[in-house]
Amino acid sequence: MVDKNIYQADRETAWCPGCGNFPLRTALADALAELDLKPEEITMYTGIGQAAKMPHYIKVNGFNGLHGRSLPPSIGMRVANPEMTVIVESGDGCSYGEGGNHILHNIRRNPDIIHLVHDNQIYGLTKGQASPTSLEELRTPVQTHGVNAEPLNPVEFAVGMKASFVARSSVGDREHLKEMIKEAKKHKGYALIDIFQPCVSFNKINTYQWYNKRVYKLEDHDPTDHAAAMKVAQEFGDKIPIGIIYREEKPTFRDRIPYLKDKALVDRDVEVEDLKFLIDEFK
Amino acid sequence: MDFNIVIAGEAGQGLKTVEAMLTKTFSRHGYYLFSTKDYMSRVRGGHNFMQIRISDEKVEGPDEGIDLLLALNEESVEIHNSEMNEDGTILSEVESDKDEMVYIDAKGLAKEVNPRAVNTVFVGAAFKIMGLPTDQAEEAVKEHFAKKESVVDDNLELLKQGYQAVDQLYNLKDLGEKEDRMVIDGNSAVGLGALLGGLSYYTAYPMSPSTGILHYVASKQEELGIVVEQSEDEIASINMALGGTYAGMRSMTGTSGGGLALMAEGVGLAGITETPIVIADVQRPGPATGLPTRTGQGDLLFAVNIAQDEFPLMVLAPKDQEDAVYQTFRAMNLADKYQIPVIILSDQFIGDGSKTIPVIDTSDMKIERHLVDPAEVEGEYKRYKFTEDGISPRAYPGQLKDNIVLLDSDEHDEYAHIVEDAETRDKMVAKRNKKMEKLAAEDLLEPEYTGPESPEYILVGWGSTAGPLREGRKILADEFEIGHLAFNDVWPLPTETLEELASTEAKLVFVENNAGAQFDRLVRSETGIKADYNILKDDGRPFSGQEIYRRFKEEVSK
Ligand SMILES: Cc1ncc(C[n+]2csc(CCOP(=O)(O)OP(=O)(O)O)c2C)c(N)n1
Ligand code: SF4
Ligand SMILES: [Mg+2]
Repeated sequence: MVDKNIYQADRETAWCPGCGNFPLRTALADALAELDLKPEEITMYTGIGQAAKMPHYIKVNGFNGLHGRSLPPSIGMRVANPEMTVIVESGDGCSYGEGGNHILHNIRRNPDIIHLVHDNQIYGLTKGQASPTSLEELRTPVQTHGVNAEPLNPVEFAVGMKASFVARSSVGDREHLKEMIKEAKKHKGYALIDIFQPCVSFNKINTYQWYNKRVYKLEDHDPTDHAAAMKVAQEFGDKIPIGIIYREEKPTFRDRIPYLKDKALVDRDVEVEDLKFLIDEFK
Repeated sequence: MDFNIVIAGEAGQGLKTVEAMLTKTFSRHGYYLFSTKDYMSRVRGGHNFMQIRISDEKVEGPDEGIDLLLALNEESVEIHNSEMNEDGTILSEVESDKDEMVYIDAKGLAKEVNPRAVNTVFVGAAFKIMGLPTDQAEEAVKEHFAKKESVVDDNLELLKQGYQAVDQLYNLKDLGEKEDRMVIDGNSAVGLGALLGGLSYYTAYPMSPSTGILHYVASKQEELGIVVEQSEDEIASINMALGGTYAGMRSMTGTSGGGLALMAEGVGLAGITETPIVIADVQRPGPATGLPTRTGQGDLLFAVNIAQDEFPLMVLAPKDQEDAVYQTFRAMNLADKYQIPVIILSDQFIGDGSKTIPVIDTSDMKIERHLVDPAEVEGEYKRYKFTEDGISPRAYPGQLKDNIVLLDSDEHDEYAHIVEDAETRDKMVAKRNKKMEKLAAEDLLEPEYTGPESPEYILVGWGSTAGPLREGRKILADEFEIGHLAFNDVWPLPTETLEELASTEAKLVFVENNAGAQFDRLVRSETGIKADYNILKDDGRPFSGQEIYRRFKEEVSK
């Protein structure tokens, strides 16, 4: 196990005091340390939002790209370097709203990545508008009489798509969250963890208390049973399950490109001379 | 000697097969050729045609009059009748006693052998009419159907029957195969340039007329062990490609105007994160869906101004299929050298058209990655280290021991951490802009000037109009002292040659495949120099040399 201080997860942040992002960062650093990964062995891809600032607040390789676009750049690393641990991390708005199309298609690709969604059921950075997971009764400066759409249940969506690993956790239970991250790392394929992360500044409904009162740890649930997983995934009310909801071993994105074998394309070293046969084909 | 063949019919009739066989055969007979496609955005029906112009000299663009029309349906006869040259010939299944009409019962002949190979009857007949033997055509048939061996014999038989069914009318000669030439379409040329440049990861979403690049590089992926991934949309295309570069691979994407519009924010991301990327935009007329299968040069100002605010960017336009190979290769090196996005403005005219070109000469082609030498990194790595020329040593994750590589789309400091202070912002903007200065000083291609020393007129063009302009100038040169200035690099704009020429008495005639004289506007805003005349065309079709001649007489010299 590496020393968790190596990730410098105590850096100064622009997060509000009491924000759920703090325990999330701690759980992440704890998990990485227990997984014995050095900062240079991890690459984190984020979008834009409060959550998406994570690579500035923890020391790992980082691609802090565009709002909604945290997933697409991560695929290249799966092609370039199979050894690298890849984490995609962003907010609920970034992952499920602006980036909705990418999550859909990357569940289909099943790249070996960990996708951590800080689900605070609100747009934090832009100061409190509804996100795709906001509850209908949420009132905001835009949603003045409540949200004009039903909330997305991302876990149900992902299980419905048979994403190869779907979990839910909550920053209210750091130990649980740490274990979920470690499980996601162990899983070969796309691993989504939707993480309840209270936004103390803008979401006055989904508070620490709101989550703590509702979440319960799954026991005796067989995550490989899709029908059972679907049922659990639909539970979202007075009781909300946390834990691994669905898991299925299936071919990853790389597995579907058999000629790559265990080659890291980043090591591909070609000279024009080696490629001249391509020209001859047009003669 | 110049001979122009048009193959016309409806989508789904197999025009491409006919063209492929004719093209191969003419090449083997030692002819230079230039072929263009005029097709509709549909899979069946409509009217499509392909033009193959052959000559014993280099050909640079399409021709207007038709010498031999292969009309695969009756409608094609009516449509192209008025374009026939005086001693032109129409080969069709239409019975007629007109002099120029040659009848062939292609379907009848094919019915006895293989009804699906009906087009091969036309091919055989065409070679007889032109006076060429069928030996090379037979080889072309064998190669073309190599994967469907069962039909080779049927096609050879129908080739022979077509040949026997008509009389010889022209006297084309076998010029002997030339080893130093090749035939390539512009989309494959862009793909080839990229592959020679060490492309390892290509991500794109299909869009006419750029799909040819995607198909070509995908056809090589297994052999080369590289990855070509069809993205879920063009926003993903560019963000995926940028992730590929970040991970340490040469990466690229390609699209047409609509897709480029979706990529806009991603190009800015490449700019501020200083991530090298090459983007091929194979232009078609717009806006929105526009004319999906036709040509145009309407994306110039959009490409140059592609994203909000300012960042170093290069835009270049290949002049033809040969140039497309070299320019794409060059674009990959320059993107890496300056850590910038480079947009290649090709178009449907180049992309779908094929041309005989000298075999690509690789002797000056060298892949230059410009990655940091890990031995030179001391202490904590700064991705955006301030340097004299603005270029910071670039590393990829995992390359440096005990060091991480961080990129950021927010304004950032040398370590890539988010900052908002005015001082760092100023320094970072200046750092990025310095790269443009170096690029302009060291790597910009001045436009190529052809013509007399003190011309009355100069035809100014950029990208794909180069070929038609060369031919147009040749015709005009009999009557005028006239030169031609052909631009490759359009952004940053090379100004030296232009300013020199503009200081003479010569009148500048800007010739462009768009309605708004975009290059004229760009030149004007950068140099104050403006066109004396504009010859513009935005109907989705390429210029021909004759058309340039005609329009010059009508609109310029009057
Ligand atoms: C293309 C684009 N549109 C909009 C924004 C503005 N924006 C930044 S973050 C954000 C939403 C943040 O919500 P979420 O992803 O849930 O992250 P949080 O701040 O809640 O962690 C928006 C709308 C942007 N940066 N880029
Ligand atoms: S706005 Fe909300 S999510 Fe963002 S840092 Fe503050 S409390 Fe956390
Ligand atoms: Mg949020």
